[in-house]
Amino acid sequence: MLKFIVKRCALAVPTLLILVTITFFLIQMAPGSPFTSERQLSPQVLANIKAMYHMDKPLWQQYLYYLGNLAHGDLGPSFKYADHTVNQLLASSFPVSLRIGALAFIAALVLGVAIGTLAACKQNSLLDYCVMAVAMTGIVLPSFVLAPLLVLVFSVNLHWLPAGGWNHGHWANVVLPVTAMTIMYMASIARIQRGSMIEVLNSHYIRTARAKGLPWRIIIMRHALRPSLLPVVSYLGPAFVGVITGSVVVETVFGLPGTGQHFVHGALNRDYSLVLGLTLVIGALTILFTAVVDILYGLIDPKVRCQ
Amino acid sequence: MKKTLLASLVLVCFHVGVCAQAAEVPEGVHLDSRQHLVRGNGAEPSSLDPQLAQDLPGHHILVDLFEGLVGQDAAGNVVPAGSTHWDVTTQKQENAQKDRQIYTFHLRRDAQWSDGKPVTARDYVFGFRRAVDPELASPYGWYIAMPGVLNAKAIMAGKEPPAALGVKALDDYTFQVTLEQPVSFFVRMLAYPTTFPVPAHIVEKYGKQWISPGKMVSNGAYVLKEWVVNEQITVARNTRYWNDKKTVINKVTWLPLTSETAELNRYKAGEVDMTNHTPGPQHIRALRKEIPDEIRISPQIGTYYYTFNTRKEHFNDVRVRKALTYAIDREAIATRVMNHGERPAIGLSPTSVAGFSGFEPEWVRMTQSEREQKARELLKEAGYGSGTKKKLSFTLLYNTDDMHKNVALAVAQMWKKVLGVEVRLQNQEWKVFLDNMQKGRFDVGRSGWLGDYNEAFTMLNLMTSSNDSNYSRFSNDEYDQLLEQAMLEVDDSKRKKIYGQAERILSEYMPVAPIYEYVTGRLVKSHVGGYPDQNPQDTVYSKDLYIKKHS
Repeated sequence: MLKFIVKRCALAVPTLLILVTITFFLIQMAPGSPFTSERQLSPQVLANIKAMYHMDKPLWQQYLYYLGNLAHGDLGPSFKYADHTVNQLLASSFPVSLRIGALAFIAALVLGVAIGTLAACKQNSLLDYCVMAVAMTGIVLPSFVLAPLLVLVFSVNLHWLPAGGWNHGHWANVVLPVTAMTIMYMASIARIQRGSMIEVLNSHYIRTARAKGLPWRIIIMRHALRPSLLPVVSYLGPAFVGVITGSVVVETVFGLPGTGQHFVHGALNRDYSLVLGLTLVIGALTILFTAVVDILYGLIDPKVRCQ
Repeated sequence: MKKTLLASLVLVCFHVGVCAQAAEVPEGVHLDSRQHLVRGNGAEPSSLDPQLAQDLPGHHILVDLFEGLVGQDAAGNVVPAGSTHWDVTTQKQENAQKDRQIYTFHLRRDAQWSDGKPVTARDYVFGFRRAVDPELASPYGWYIAMPGVLNAKAIMAGKEPPAALGVKALDDYTFQVTLEQPVSFFVRMLAYPTTFPVPAHIVEKYGKQWISPGKMVSNGAYVLKEWVVNEQITVARNTRYWNDKKTVINKVTWLPLTSETAELNRYKAGEVDMTNHTPGPQHIRALRKEIPDEIRISPQIGTYYYTFNTRKEHFNDVRVRKALTYAIDREAIATRVMNHGERPAIGLSPTSVAGFSGFEPEWVRMTQSEREQKARELLKEAGYGSGTKKKLSFTLLYNTDDMHKNVALAVAQMWKKVLGVEVRLQNQEWKVFLDNMQKGRFDVGRSGWLGDYNEAFTMLNLMTSSNDSNYSRFSNDEYDQLLEQAMLEVDDSKRKKIYGQAERILSEYMPVAPIYEYVTGRLVKSHVGGYPDQNPQDTVYSKDLYIKKHS
């Protein structure tokens, strides 16, 4: 196990370096620059601003300068938000996305697995159809419809919960965004879990267990649930990264200060350093959670452990 | 050899006796015990440093946090703020074509920073110098250079040190600005944050970090309390503000809500008192029925227009530009496509700008059908139309946005119907669009401009040959000279006449097709009092507002 972790860490560094290099040069190719504005800057002012951000130097020197700073953990100043560094922006936004995302993820996982299992056990029954219909609605309903709908019902009409804002993470402000994200992910998890559980329930060892006269509850909980989770686990790695790095739609609708908004604004504003910082963080998280999924695989499935 | 001073003549001495603006609560109005105002702000401000800020969200907050030499009243007129009065003198210069103009501002002695230190002329000097300092690299340094503050251009070019700027602290409470030539509207420019004082003692102590809650010290009616990027900025009443006794609102929260729908929902849920977005066409009709009294429309110094690329085939012919301009039914765009109270634009300067009531070119007196007939004739004269080989076909470029799309669709349809021209619509993401416009890679492009100060110059200056935002590449010596004259002309009526002449030239050469005059439209809860409906620069000081008792 230790060897596996060390190997993954060793691979992560060159992977991230390649990622940063590609992103660094690719974003420079986008038309416009961080300083393109409706009031075109005079050449003199532009030269002063570029000098301040070291952009007056050749691209390769800028790249080495960025890597040098990166080695010290400095992601540079934001080009758009002059009063903040990228480190500050990420440090303030990531905990928000992490909290919303982690809560939504846990809720989606528990509910998704439960619904999927229930539907699989009652395959082709009215309950199966009803449960899966609800799940499918969650998949087909885009977040830019679902989130405003929740606001309209629970905030504007019923006045039960706030329509937006973070309010230092007050529970009332968290409920609606978490619900919106839960529904989005729960539906996918339920669908995967249902398919996988049906497959497991049709396997020989389950038939043997039933022939032995084991109660249905024991069969599901002890023998079927664990192997049926394998496809869900492989989905969870990338899904978890996606969920904790924020959803731009959910954050925009609920006015949350998470990283999701930085994605879009960073790209639109050509905020080079912010885009690079975000790419790096997401790249690192993706590598981390892919490794976690591989480890979980081993824990869940003895076959994988043997390999 | 440096030009020597020959004489210093006092030209005019202004002792402005108008009272500074503050909340005026009418008798009989009961104030709410909770004076907390929540305002939508459109987006996250790029900076809260007065000299670095360059966008509207930043401007909205900065006028609450800081106070410059002058402010604006509810109608957008200049009123004393950090200074109580000012004198204007001219200095004759040997061997120079223009006289220098010197503004001496007498600062109020009761002004304090929020940490209790007095606001002195040194802080104003410090602010002005920062704006042009290449080390700070302010994108708004031009704002000091444009009116010709002595040596500003040379400092920005690195040829002179910031200390050489034509600003001086004669004593703690006398601040002097020297302009390289007289600029009639200079004082109007001083209500803008770039010219605001900053606390030298704090900036020197904290460096770039001075813009953070707990460290920032300000001289306006409010101080920065909390800043959560992309969620909110909260400011609280500055008890050391010289006019704090007349301030009513205790706390203001600014929400950077980019989505109009999200802002509207929060307004309806009672979480926002004033929106920033103008309600879109999909909402405005319903809102007019539901809450007509809460829709507040104000004129704005700004014009929406289409720019012709005068360096390109077809558009290098003035007849084509005129034909396309005449064929646009502005009334229909303003009333049916926009529908917020916009007015059809006939020139680049909107009618709301101070001291300029617009002008009336000949084509404005025609009916729309006469204009269309004239447009057809002009196009035929230019060699286009049936029976000729030349065909008018071009691309109309706009940045991705539903509203721009609606206008483009309507205009393209008008051009097709009236002139039979083929128009391809192309939308592009904002920076891609700007890049193409600035590099001249367009035929006809959407444009719009909001004035920085209440003077027609802010709009007309756009079309001078040297202006970097003159995307049409229009160049006319007479026009350039007129604008230079306007800047120097101190007589309001003469200046107004010059602006009219400049507009006439634009109307004659038509490098841009004016479409409509912008308005500010926002929703304001009925319990918010003091909202200025007639400020054409959309300057809404929170200190002038109050919250009435409501359930």
